[in-house]
Amino acid sequence: MGQAEQVAIDVKRLTRGFPGVQAVKELSFHVKYGEIFGLVGPDGAGKTTTMRMLAGVLAPEQGSADVAGFDVVRDPESVKHHISYMSQRFGLYEDLTVDENIRFYGDIFGVKKNKRLERAAQLLEAADMARFRSRLAGKLSGGMKQKLGLICALIHTPRVILLDEPTNGVDPVSRRDFWKILYSLLGEGVAILTSTAYLDEAERCHRVALLHEGRLLFCDTPTLLKSRLQNSVLLVTAPDPRKASDAIAAAEGVESAMLVGDGVHLLVDDAQRRIAQLREQLSAKGVAFNSIEQVAPSVEDVFVHAVEATSGGG
Amino acid sequence: MRFHRVKAVAWKETVQIMRDSRSIAIVVIMPIVLMLAFGYGVSFDIKHVRTYILDRDGTQQSQDLLKKLQASEYFDIVRVVDNYKDLVHGIDSGDCVLAVVVSPDFTEQIRKGGTTSVQVIVDATDANSANVAMNYMDALVQGYSQNVQVRWIERRGQRVRGSPIEVAARTWFNEDLESMANIVPGVVAIVMAVVGTFLTSLTIAREWERGTMEQLISTPVAPLELMIGKLTPYLVVGVLDTALCAALGVWWFKVPFRGQLWMFFASSVLFLLVVLSMGYLLSVVMKSQLAASQASMIATFLPAFLLSGFIFPIDQMPKVIQVVTHLIPARYFMSIIRAVFLKGTPLVLLWTDLLALLVFATVLVLVATRAFRKQLV
Amino acid sequence: MNAPSVVVKDLVKRFGDFVAVDHISFEAKKGEIFGFLGPNGAGKSTTIRMLCGLLHPTSGIAMVAGTDVAKQPEVVRRKIGYMSQKFSLYNDLTVIENVNFFAGMYEVSPAVLPERVAWALEMAGLRGREKTMTATLAAGWKQRLALGCAVLHKPPVLFLDEPTSGVDPISRRQFWELIHQMAAEGVTVFVTTHYMDEAEYCNRLVLIYRGKIVASGSPAELKRDAMHGELLLVEGEPLPGAIEALQNQNGIHDVAVFGNALHLVVEDAKRAVPLVRQRLEEQRVKVSRVEPIRPSLEDVFVSLTTREQPKEVV
Repeated sequence: MGQAEQVAIDVKRLTRGFPGVQAVKELSFHVKYGEIFGLVGPDGAGKTTTMRMLAGVLAPEQGSADVAGFDVVRDPESVKHHISYMSQRFGLYEDLTVDENIRFYGDIFGVKKNKRLERAAQLLEAADMARFRSRLAGKLSGGMKQKLGLICALIHTPRVILLDEPTNGVDPVSRRDFWKILYSLLGEGVAILTSTAYLDEAERCHRVALLHEGRLLFCDTPTLLKSRLQNSVLLVTAPDPRKASDAIAAAEGVESAMLVGDGVHLLVDDAQRRIAQLREQLSAKGVAFNSIEQVAPSVEDVFVHAVEATSGGG
Repeated sequence: MRFHRVKAVAWKETVQIMRDSRSIAIVVIMPIVLMLAFGYGVSFDIKHVRTYILDRDGTQQSQDLLKKLQASEYFDIVRVVDNYKDLVHGIDSGDCVLAVVVSPDFTEQIRKGGTTSVQVIVDATDANSANVAMNYMDALVQGYSQNVQVRWIERRGQRVRGSPIEVAARTWFNEDLESMANIVPGVVAIVMAVVGTFLTSLTIAREWERGTMEQLISTPVAPLELMIGKLTPYLVVGVLDTALCAALGVWWFKVPFRGQLWMFFASSVLFLLVVLSMGYLLSVVMKSQLAASQASMIATFLPAFLLSGFIFPIDQMPKVIQVVTHLIPARYFMSIIRAVFLKGTPLVLLWTDLLALLVFATVLVLVATRAFRKQLV
Repeated sequence: MNAPSVVVKDLVKRFGDFVAVDHISFEAKKGEIFGFLGPNGAGKSTTIRMLCGLLHPTSGIAMVAGTDVAKQPEVVRRKIGYMSQKFSLYNDLTVIENVNFFAGMYEVSPAVLPERVAWALEMAGLRGREKTMTATLAAGWKQRLALGCAVLHKPPVLFLDEPTSGVDPISRRQFWELIHQMAAEGVTVFVTTHYMDEAEYCNRLVLIYRGKIVASGSPAELKRDAMHGELLLVEGEPLPGAIEALQNQNGIHDVAVFGNALHLVVEDAKRAVPLVRQRLEEQRVKVSRVEPIRPSLEDVFVSLTTREQPKEVV
């Protein structure tokens, strides 16, 4: 069993609350080396709290976790030698330049100067930021700050990387660049745990844990996740989506109907069967529509379906 | 403990200090302003005291005395009245602080070889100034009196050695210097205490507020490494500031420096360690820049000003307060700096004060590193 | 009901030499949900600020609900509502205090105030919870409260800035239900976001890049027509081998990793499928899937904004 199969992060019934709210409840999952694992969920789901516990900067109330071979409860300081943590605010010093930020983190982790220069040049090139080396971090755009935050987290070649909502508020192009860098790291055998509130980013991870109010809803590959709703999602495009929705939202077999910009997004029990039926219903009620087709379920569909299932529907 | 981590923290802090124009302003301007404000503002000398005269004698003798009064820069004769009621009115209304009454038999008594007196009425609402004014008046009159005695003796054909009047003048001249000389080194100490603590009070809190601390505590850096790394650049700044203040004292205020330069700096470094650690501790505990900076002002300025022996001598204070002053680091440094600056006392004689500062520094460093948690609450 | 509510013609904004908004023209109808997409620094926020009467245009015309923004910015401000996800409400005030505050800000007349307040609370589902401290509300409630506060004065035009990112999908759907209702009543809604899922809720989208509009249409139209090229999904092992094999090949514009699969942007999907298979097999990559897929809005966004080498706009 090579390193790729070894477990980098093993979370065992992690629990943590704050006055008035139970942020994380009995969370268990594991992340292997060579894998990108996503903690996905809306604000308040417990992502940041979980990340902080795994980084050793927040003590769990119950449960424990092994990160890079060390116990976060009993030996958090050792954990810190082997991981990289990128907090939500990226941990950048705005009054230091790009180069100076990298140098600081490199020195903190004891990276030798030539090694650091070499690696920095590599990472900056990959991030297309080589020409901004002397710019103050505070003067970078959101996307560049995020990339710099990642570079600082990678400068000491850690084995485990924890990224807390690194793509928050960043435009899609920068987000793609960011993911490119993450994928390129897998060749080094690192384990990456990243959290996001953008549900569509779940599709980019190898495996995903969907969190809702501190609890784990699912833990699986995105493909398997979506296969639960494989035959269940329809899109009806119509010039007056509202009219269309009113006509079919309560139809037989329709679990939920949601208005989107140019139509209605439906969750049904059996897509193929219902297409014909809905077509009839719309025509019968005189509602114009352009098309009814089965579409691939999104992670959001899976999420909504799961939450409604656990709360007993509706 | 790893040196490379201390170095990383120290270097980062240095770069940040140099880029922060507000810090630089505080470091350069605040000491200068404080030095000038205290140097000139806190003075035991008084000048141009408004004075009324009531000369009941009106002879050349009494005029002589009054001329001397006029000539001194300490008294300004603003009005000559011819009755007691106006005199009292002058004091009551605040138009004058001092009133001098020469009795009608002034000259006659002197000629006869007897004694006479000069009545001085002073508005003692400001007791300190009143006291000083009285002392000056006293000295002036004494000087005049001795002058009279000398002439009286000479008229009898004997010679008098020395010149009493000049002695009086010299006393007054020294009193000036005493005051400034006493104050300026003390001001240096106060400035160091206030500026030093203020600077470091922001450093930890700022990182919490900006969000960089969360990430810093996820790295292997140890609390002691962080503290040493962060304090080092401020220590350098502090020494430079101290030198600036001392230079101002010597060249601007013309205060003599009688001690050894290395002793001055060595003891300054020790005191700086104490005040910087205090600011650091406040920053660790308060986590908010605003709260920490306000706390630093309260914790350093008033105690240093009131309880260090800067203005009010400690041995004149009530016993309870005297005990409390042992908790004020500035107290120890005040005596050290005055001794080193003005008297050139060798350090070895100041060992109790130095030891006290060393104890303070050690305790503060221990407490601050313990108080700093590498965890979020 | 179909008269344009917002008309923008040749709008230009210059900051010194820099042209932030370069002759933008569009129209939004009453009751339309209009989305603004674009990277940071592309001119999106500048355009919005001009429409809100916060920035004076250099040239061109912008009419919001019949008012010229250049000539009467204060009047414009009374005709719009603005809601930003993270910054609208005061956390240290109670629900009712926030409502009253915004009522005062928007100068809601005392005559209609009680009715508007009641309406806002009802819409937000917070009736009976007036005295709750805003900080303790969950994200979903805050969204609705912020929305209520933004429309107390019944503005004909509403601006939403990334209103539901980070909000759980169920609350998000409820929020957008409310927006659709308002749109049905004739309110024109402008949305800016980086969250492509959110963009799907808009009737029409406009993509702004480097100060110009580079695409416009409904989400379906954009996915169908605006994309340069077509999209292929490739699944194969080993993935790094597949990436290497396909990068820089003729006819393949871009190779992006998506979890365990690749998304290829190609000239012509049908022609490309067999060629890709062949190439992969040549390079000893075990192929499990090569098929055309429908592009997402993100694919459109990325393809339109990275065609030329973009200069990083800070």
